[in-house]
Amino acid sequence: MTLTFDEARHFLSRIAFGGTPDDIRRVMRLDRATAVAQAVAIPTNKAQAPPPSWIHGLPPPPRERKRWSESERKVFHQMLKADGHELKVWWYRELMATPHPLLERMTLFWHNHFTSSLHKVRWTPFLYQQNVLLRLHALGSFRTLLNFIAKNPAMLLYLDTQTNHKAHPNENFARELFELFTLGEGHYTEQDIKQAARAFTGWHLDLRTGAFRIDPRQHDDGRKEVFGTAGSFEGDDILSLTLEQPQVARYIVGKLWREFISDTPDPGAVDRLAESFRRTKYEIAGLLQDLFLTAQFWAPENRGVLIKSPVELIVGTTRLFNLPIEDIGRQIGSARRLGQDLFDPPNVKGWPGGTRWITTSTLLERTQLLHRAIRGHETGHAHGMADMGQAVGANWLAAEPIDIVQATILPLAPVQPLIVGEERGQSVRQLVLDSVYQLK
Amino acid sequence: MSGNGPDRRALLKAAFALPFVLLRPNWLPRLWAADADGARTGAGRRDRLLLLVELHGGNDGLNTLIPYQEAAYYQARPQLAIPRDQVRQLTPKFGIHPALTPLMSLWEGKELAWLHGVGYPRPNRSHFRSIEIWETASDSEQVLDQGWLSRVFEQFPVPARFTAEGVLLGKGDAGPLSGGKTRTIALHDPGQFLQQAGAVKPVSLPTTNRALAHILEVRREISHAAFDLQGRIRQAPPLAIDFPASRIGKQLEVAATLIAAQVPVAVMKVTQGSFDTHAGQSAAHHRLLEELAQGLMAFRAAMEKLGVWKDVLVMTYSEFGRRVGENASHGTDHGTAAPHFFMGGQVKGGFYGTPPSLTDLQEGDLKYTLDYRTVYATVIEKWWGLPAMSFGTGRYPAIDCLA
Repeated sequence: MTLTFDEARHFLSRIAFGGTPDDIRRVMRLDRATAVAQAVAIPTNKAQAPPPSWIHGLPPPPRERKRWSESERKVFHQMLKADGHELKVWWYRELMATPHPLLERMTLFWHNHFTSSLHKVRWTPFLYQQNVLLRLHALGSFRTLLNFIAKNPAMLLYLDTQTNHKAHPNENFARELFELFTLGEGHYTEQDIKQAARAFTGWHLDLRTGAFRIDPRQHDDGRKEVFGTAGSFEGDDILSLTLEQPQVARYIVGKLWREFISDTPDPGAVDRLAESFRRTKYEIAGLLQDLFLTAQFWAPENRGVLIKSPVELIVGTTRLFNLPIEDIGRQIGSARRLGQDLFDPPNVKGWPGGTRWITTSTLLERTQLLHRAIRGHETGHAHGMADMGQAVGANWLAAEPIDIVQATILPLAPVQPLIVGEERGQSVRQLVLDSVYQLK
Repeated sequence: MSGNGPDRRALLKAAFALPFVLLRPNWLPRLWAADADGARTGAGRRDRLLLLVELHGGNDGLNTLIPYQEAAYYQARPQLAIPRDQVRQLTPKFGIHPALTPLMSLWEGKELAWLHGVGYPRPNRSHFRSIEIWETASDSEQVLDQGWLSRVFEQFPVPARFTAEGVLLGKGDAGPLSGGKTRTIALHDPGQFLQQAGAVKPVSLPTTNRALAHILEVRREISHAAFDLQGRIRQAPPLAIDFPASRIGKQLEVAATLIAAQVPVAVMKVTQGSFDTHAGQSAAHHRLLEELAQGLMAFRAAMEKLGVWKDVLVMTYSEFGRRVGENASHGTDHGTAAPHFFMGGQVKGGFYGTPPSLTDLQEGDLKYTLDYRTVYATVIEKWWGLPAMSFGTGRYPAIDCLA
């Protein structure tokens, strides 16, 4: 059975950044299984936007840094700021133009899972490299991704593995590995953290080469006891032991459920999906396919129940109305004020999301942003809805019947119903400013 | 607030004899005197503003309030200990970080109360879980989803004419004010808020969609707040106090502006951070404490000028302190108990509680000596004059540190 308009619209709003009536109709030709199979079969795991020029650069050696004057320090700081901005622009370009939105949705998901920030890492190429890694394995193997991320330069610096020494273990990485990356609170002990931290001692980023290595002088190769098993475990052993815990699959499935379906994961369904995720050795694409084929994913009561993140709001609006993507700096500023600064999550837990996205101040900011977007003030281009005929490629706003326009823009009926016979530009403005537009 | 003492004693005495409803405090602080109505002049302890200062990330208590006579302190922290001659001494045993020097005049004026060893049993060292425990006043293993202040206001509502229960400044979220029907306004800049709020109309629509219900609720808060703020800010006198340009300074300046504009709320919350100093702590911690102290002193000056310093209570909190021993990254890892302070015109300056031992540790961490819920009990009973509330599985006695 092929999809209805509303089903196809819902599908695109969850696995992509939404779609125009034409996008929706293309999906309508398919049945659920085919639509889902096509969505997860992404022919690439690389970004298409040209990367910045400095992506292979290595940080200045610490010894050199120590000799810097105040003005040299300032120059360095300014360079980091400029590069950080360029990095954000690069990802936004990709987000706005990608033909594979699910790949970017999953890269965003992992960026919010295996967090690192420019603020702490203070070397922009490492954050770029981490983003490339997250995309490379975004729909690949969670096991592989976890193993790479534990040795990823940005992560080694972000969670202080770099200074995790035999004599003074730094527990930051071990703690977040269990609490945020794999198990979730309540599924490990303080003792597990302390012991696991010892296994990661000496894990090190060689700042001269940018490569991971283990410093044997700083490494504790003694006996450790984690999850009730003892042995002279290395860091890799800890990762393997962790992945043997059935809780890992449940934790990841629950988080993906909240990302793609609703705030209230169904425990029975989560267990079934987790079981199969474990059995397939943590293959993410397969899990997503199962997740997107659950009855709950398609259930009408789960439509329009998730709040768009700032990035989804900005990228989705830009794509839906085909707005020009020249002034990304401004979009970055908007997203920051809305509480989501890419590459600079507020802390290791990432952006809390959900209803937390909407506060009195961010709701006002969202309204302002949408006002500007539909007025065309962002760029000076003729993107005002009154001039819709001229809006590049968004002809559907004027050409489609109003009920299709409404069903495309909003996931549910608007809070403020449209007035019959209203001028089209006014109707579109009202739909975009309706509270329901904040939902997906 | 002279002459308030006997009133208060009478009230507390009466508290045990009167039905609940009569006990409800008069929620109109003197702070908001400009629009006072006659009804509030009766007996009863007037309500006042609580200014929460969240030290986000886990402040290092040992380098904030420093046991500078203890050899164990210097042994545990060869790199990070503040040298004895740099500590600003408060007593022969304790002193404050040099970056907190601006607070010395408050200390000397007896407006600063230090509470030793604040924490809770079976401490959790996760940022997220521990701050959740603090925010919801739960036991260590108990998960609650309503903030402690939200529960206070549910039992003892503020008058309908209040703009909201709380105002949030800075990046922090509602925390202790979250959940229930508590209304909070997140503000960075009141002027901009008003300009933008003009475009938002309140809508009432019954819905089972929680996300949509939340958005509509926030719209109602915006409309209500904008209507109220508009009139008041227009008439507010200029502060004419220089606040430091730091983030915390800016937040405190907006708080002071709202107080000057007589925007009636019960709580304001500011956030300073991040105190999560795992590496390279010295310089970062110095800056954080210095900004905090300078900001608070400017705030105090503004309150003095408005004549309401006695109606404001400043309280710090943080998810945890940090480990006694420093780590190899010139930083400190997540710990447990830490000192916190109250400041205000009604505070009885001094030290309260027992300092935790630096040698009798639990897995390298301080053993708490004062349950954090006694701090909340102090706010509820001694500051707002409300009946005692129970938290988690216990009741916690208030501390006698407010005049």
